[in-house]
Amino acid sequence: MTLLKVEDLTIQFKSRQGVVKAVDNLSFELAKGISLGIVGESGSGKSVTSLAIMRLLQNANTEITGKIDFEGVDLLKLSPDEMRKIRGNSVSMIFQEPMTSLNPLHTCGKQIMEPILIHQKGISKQEAKKRAIELLRLVGIPSPEQRFHEYPHQMSGGMRQRIMIAIALACDTKLLIADEPTTALDVTIQAQILDLMSKLKKQRDMSIIMITHDLGVVKEMCENVVVMYTGQIVEKSPTDLVFKDPLHPYTKGLLNAIPKISSKVERLEAIPGTVPDALRMPTGCSFHPRCKYATERCKAEKPPLYKREDGREVRCFIYDAGEKGDDGNVTNEYKEYSNSINPK
Amino acid sequence: MLRFIGRRLIFLLFLLFGVALFVFILSHLVPSDPVAANLSQSAMNNPEIVAAFKEKWGLDKSLFSQFILYFQHLLTGDLGTSIRTGRPVMEDLMQFFPATLELSIVAMVIALVLGILFGVISAIFRNKPVDHIIRTLSISGVSVPSFWFALIMLNIFSSVIGITPGPGRIDARSTTPEGGTGLLLLDSLLNGDFQLLGDVAMHLILPATVLGFFTMGLIARQTRSNLLEVMSMDYIRTARSKGLKESGIIVGHAISNSLIPVITVAGIGFCNLLGGMVLVENIFAWPGIGQYAYLSAVSLDFPAICGVSLLIAFIYVVINLLIDILYGIIDPRVRYR
Repeated sequence: MTLLKVEDLTIQFKSRQGVVKAVDNLSFELAKGISLGIVGESGSGKSVTSLAIMRLLQNANTEITGKIDFEGVDLLKLSPDEMRKIRGNSVSMIFQEPMTSLNPLHTCGKQIMEPILIHQKGISKQEAKKRAIELLRLVGIPSPEQRFHEYPHQMSGGMRQRIMIAIALACDTKLLIADEPTTALDVTIQAQILDLMSKLKKQRDMSIIMITHDLGVVKEMCENVVVMYTGQIVEKSPTDLVFKDPLHPYTKGLLNAIPKISSKVERLEAIPGTVPDALRMPTGCSFHPRCKYATERCKAEKPPLYKREDGREVRCFIYDAGEKGDDGNVTNEYKEYSNSINPK
Repeated sequence: MLRFIGRRLIFLLFLLFGVALFVFILSHLVPSDPVAANLSQSAMNNPEIVAAFKEKWGLDKSLFSQFILYFQHLLTGDLGTSIRTGRPVMEDLMQFFPATLELSIVAMVIALVLGILFGVISAIFRNKPVDHIIRTLSISGVSVPSFWFALIMLNIFSSVIGITPGPGRIDARSTTPEGGTGLLLLDSLLNGDFQLLGDVAMHLILPATVLGFFTMGLIARQTRSNLLEVMSMDYIRTARSKGLKESGIIVGHAISNSLIPVITVAGIGFCNLLGGMVLVENIFAWPGIGQYAYLSAVSLDFPAICGVSLLIAFIYVVINLLIDILYGIIDPRVRYR
């Protein structure tokens, strides 16, 4: 059952220097109980997408078009009051910076109680407190009754992220958006937080959108993955297939940039160049200046998102059916390329 | 916390010693003659009178022994006798201090209430006309000299419009209640004398506004910039993601966080207000410490000058201590040991 359906989402920021298209015609679907990873470098538009779903991009210079259907309701068409009833209730979000995401002047307990008191009308403070302590226990905070009265500065980063998760799950959460939830944490704590999220996802049958630049996190957590580059989807696929057989040269580059324990490599393979300036996008495919395999066509034309027979989608001329190669999906040129960077 | 306060109070004693020493030296370095300032021309011509005057006030002794003597008296709580009024300085201060205390508290309340209110409104309606008006008002608050502002206000409200009474603490026909605290608002309220209460309040409003204007501007500017800064903090985004209303976010999360630095500014403002007191009290004929300080200074009344300086220094330190304590109460991250 589809829980969230994003269609043709386009987000533009108007600035003095010009209009920046942060997200360009983004479409994806998310079923109930499924996790979707959105992967990309800084500036690829992944965080902006998550904030748009929460309707937290409230700047007057921001223009959002398209549709964000959540349980059959277009969130972009809701009034601010109607949106507030969803935000923190059935759609919640946790952020990258646990150190600064909590109000330093309020106790953790009070901050967990807040969404309960907002969204569940008629609940008494005693009950809300009971719920908050249960939530603290749920997210694995030891001696929750005592911790309830403590302030954020008395807790470690991992604990604070647990508090953030407790806040996000305080009500009837169906969709949890996690914007780089483990980036600011130690590796061991990262694993704990990811485990906790997987456990809670199963328990509550909720969907998760995991925004990250860490493909390892996606492999661990997500059934499906969307790879973004300069505001566009470049590849959309089930996670296991991406790791087995990445389609887009960018995805391939990302995977090659992950250090592997098994292979003896002196230098990691990096993707040359940097993400282009949003105000000076290259012509044609926005990835072509960094792509080892760019042709004249890539410089001139913008590639569409090709749908493959196996349901995977990829934005690269390599998969243009018009120039079909002998194995049906991939052009000969690409095979050469693929062999050159991944010798068998 | 108690240890912290205790330590600060001990520190206060050293500080007062330093202030006494400093003021004593400074006031004796002034190239002027208290004899000339206090005796008439004919008395000045009579060497016997001059010698008697010098002997009476210890001016014939060396500076060092004058200081030792002053300190011995200070330790017993004796601030000496005022040359000008002929009364113990302590008694003078006790008489004039309540008027100043009342004026400065009302001025501070005005500055805090209006300053925070204006700052918050200004931040919410950022770059709108209201914001521009408030910012103009607060920048003039910190830049207009208080004596000029006092004269203009007095002229406009007392002479031209005539809605406030002229200078002074109470109407000439009223009498102050006997005894009491010396804080006329409180005294008249305790006595149930509402006519006097109204009279006192009307006399207070203008000098208090003038006196608090600077601090109000300071607080408004600080509140505005803090609130704007706090509104872009991560925890405000968290509050939004919980589904809180914008008004709830400002009241519940933003204002309290933005007021922490305002406490410091308010403390500085209060101390500043004590300095502005001298001018404002003179213009409004306010029988307080400011006027007393001015009159003592022009007649080179050393014991009185030292007494006033010690009192002001004492208030400075106490206010700073109160601010530190307030920090500990408001901000859970601050703990004193």
